[in-house]
Amino acid sequence: MMKLRGIGLGFAVTAALVAMPMTASAMECEQITLGSAISLTGKYATNGIHAKNGYEFAIQKIKENGGIKIGDKCYNFNVIYYDDESKGDRGATLAERLISQDKVQYMLGPYSSGLTKAIAPVTEKYKIPMVEAEGASRSLFNKGRKYLFAVLSTSEQYLASAVTLAAEKAKEAGKETSSVKVAVAVENDPFSLDIRAGVLDDAKKYSMNVVIDEKLPRDLSDMSAILTKVKLLKPDLLIVSGHSKGAATAVRQIGEMKIDVPMIAITHCEAADVTGKFGDVANDILCSTQWAETLSYEDPIFGTAANYEKEFKAAFTEYSDKTVPYQTAQASAAVYVFKDAFERAKSLDKEKVRDALASTELMTFYGKIKFAPEGNNIAKPMVLRQIQDGKYNVVAPSEFASHKLNYPRMAK
Amino acid sequence: MDQVFGNIGMLFEFPVVNVKIILDGLMIGALFALAAYGLALVWGVMNVKNLAQGDFVMAGGYIAWWLTGKGLPPLLGVPIAFVMLWGIGWIIYKLVISRVIGRDLFTSLLATFGVAIMMAQILNLLFGSDTQSVKLEYETLYFFDGFVDVPIAKLIGVIMAAGLAAGVIYFMKTSRMGQAIRATAQNPRAARVMGIDTDKVYGFTFSLNAAICGAAGAIIVMVWLIQPFYGITYSIRSFVIVTAAGLGNLPGVIAAGLGIGMLEQYGAHVFGIGYQQAIAVLLLLLVLMVRLAQQRRVRQVLK
Repeated sequence: MMKLRGIGLGFAVTAALVAMPMTASAMECEQITLGSAISLTGKYATNGIHAKNGYEFAIQKIKENGGIKIGDKCYNFNVIYYDDESKGDRGATLAERLISQDKVQYMLGPYSSGLTKAIAPVTEKYKIPMVEAEGASRSLFNKGRKYLFAVLSTSEQYLASAVTLAAEKAKEAGKETSSVKVAVAVENDPFSLDIRAGVLDDAKKYSMNVVIDEKLPRDLSDMSAILTKVKLLKPDLLIVSGHSKGAATAVRQIGEMKIDVPMIAITHCEAADVTGKFGDVANDILCSTQWAETLSYEDPIFGTAANYEKEFKAAFTEYSDKTVPYQTAQASAAVYVFKDAFERAKSLDKEKVRDALASTELMTFYGKIKFAPEGNNIAKPMVLRQIQDGKYNVVAPSEFASHKLNYPRMAK
Repeated sequence: MDQVFGNIGMLFEFPVVNVKIILDGLMIGALFALAAYGLALVWGVMNVKNLAQGDFVMAGGYIAWWLTGKGLPPLLGVPIAFVMLWGIGWIIYKLVISRVIGRDLFTSLLATFGVAIMMAQILNLLFGSDTQSVKLEYETLYFFDGFVDVPIAKLIGVIMAAGLAAGVIYFMKTSRMGQAIRATAQNPRAARVMGIDTDKVYGFTFSLNAAICGAAGAIIVMVWLIQPFYGITYSIRSFVIVTAAGLGNLPGVIAAGLGIGMLEQYGAHVFGIGYQQAIAVLLLLLVLMVRLAQQRRVRQVLK
């Protein structure tokens, strides 16, 4: 069923393109078929659809820009999607099916680290290059995989920069970094545990004192127990990561309990819509993000990050009243990486494409992309934004920052 | 381990923490009790163990959230969710439940499990998998130097829950339908002989249960948050509470609900929030073990 829909979509796009005034060569382009098992239903459906839209938008943009040129031929991407229902075993089965039945030679990633972890062994077994944009867990990149490439920053970097920021602030105030107290509350899943590991590593580097280190349950809806301890132990930095429910619960209860911590850093602010739901309470909270539309990155296909945002909204009108999520931007970047690799490989041979992917060095609207031998992107830093008067303003890293950090946070 | 002792020490060092934990526990417990109360009804009257209990709660929450998004005052979501879920409950009764009454335990468990999966997925398709909540524009009251906070929204939620529970108890005690439900629970065959339309009673009971859960969900969305797949936690707690309190023991259900709310908060404080739900499941195990021991004693007497 999903396959039919995918093909239907393909037809719709083709029809739209035929209707558009195009150069003759663009119409004669052949197709390169990519496969993707992605979450269209189940708990990851929202972000899975964000990612799929990002793939589709990039495919269309590449098509409008004359496709992928290999020698004197040109190609367009076409994706076979299957719905993995947000389940790992289903994802692995579908990857098998894409490769052995549909004869897909190149894969785009699924949504979430967990699903990527389920699919990567399959693509590795069949030596199918996979560029993924939504699995950040560092455990994906320590298995010596050769066919897995990820455009995003790995998860231990997500909030580590907040620790650096807290250390800077302590030094500015003339205090030792060892006097800084850190409280960490993360969900008990691979992604959030990576974040915790990154934070604890950096906190150790500055010999900070970790006063609270707790795991949040998967179906969290109340974290007053942790926040009560925060009130008693008065940490200088509070780190919370638990997907959108963690963000929503934390911000809501930080407001209700008047938690007065000078620096609070969380993940998934946008997904939880903390500014829309909780208003002023969310002010001065730091949010990590892979990408922001205000960054000064640029490439020839999508233009600037701001231009990507604008054109994406025009193509997918359901996003017109919200910011485009970074999940979408990185999905588009993954498709762009494939285009670049095909053109440099000058071949459709999957081994040559893999080698071309491994030597990628590409500037995109999403940031710089250069893969480590393990396949993770080492060229792009994580970005910290602070919610200032309901707006997300980039405050770190300083070379891309558009605004100054508000410190200490004012409890609302 | 050090952390656990440190946390216990905190309870004595700062006694006010206990006040906060108990208050939070009671407020959470009141909503657990509401969902459990509905389960006790269905279980007691129809002998159906409804695994979709928590999903009714989520459905009620989403209805209230959706209406608030359309500009309705959030508090109005509670009665509307009650009525809507009544209808949904009735449809599910006619389609599914009416066919499994009187069958064995596993048939009803499987059927309601299926309903639970369906409902969670439908909510997910309709509203997306993000967490949602409704923010009430009320102040928060602070006591003990700002240490203990009681958001008025939570207080309103608890009062509504109490009001709903009182209303249902009054209805069961005084109305004809309430009498018929209780009669059917005691002995369905005798009730039929006495001219009670048990099929109607079953349908009514199941709809009432769904409606109670719906109202609970509409309150929960105002004080915590909802997600299509959060239903199961409310189902599990309902089972724990009903098993602990016993069927047909309504004051017991309410007391057990409040108690579990409190114990979970203490557990979360001492062992870390990750073990909050483990406390509920651990309690279920304990209760089952005690019940089993009690039953063994009864059997020995029967010999």
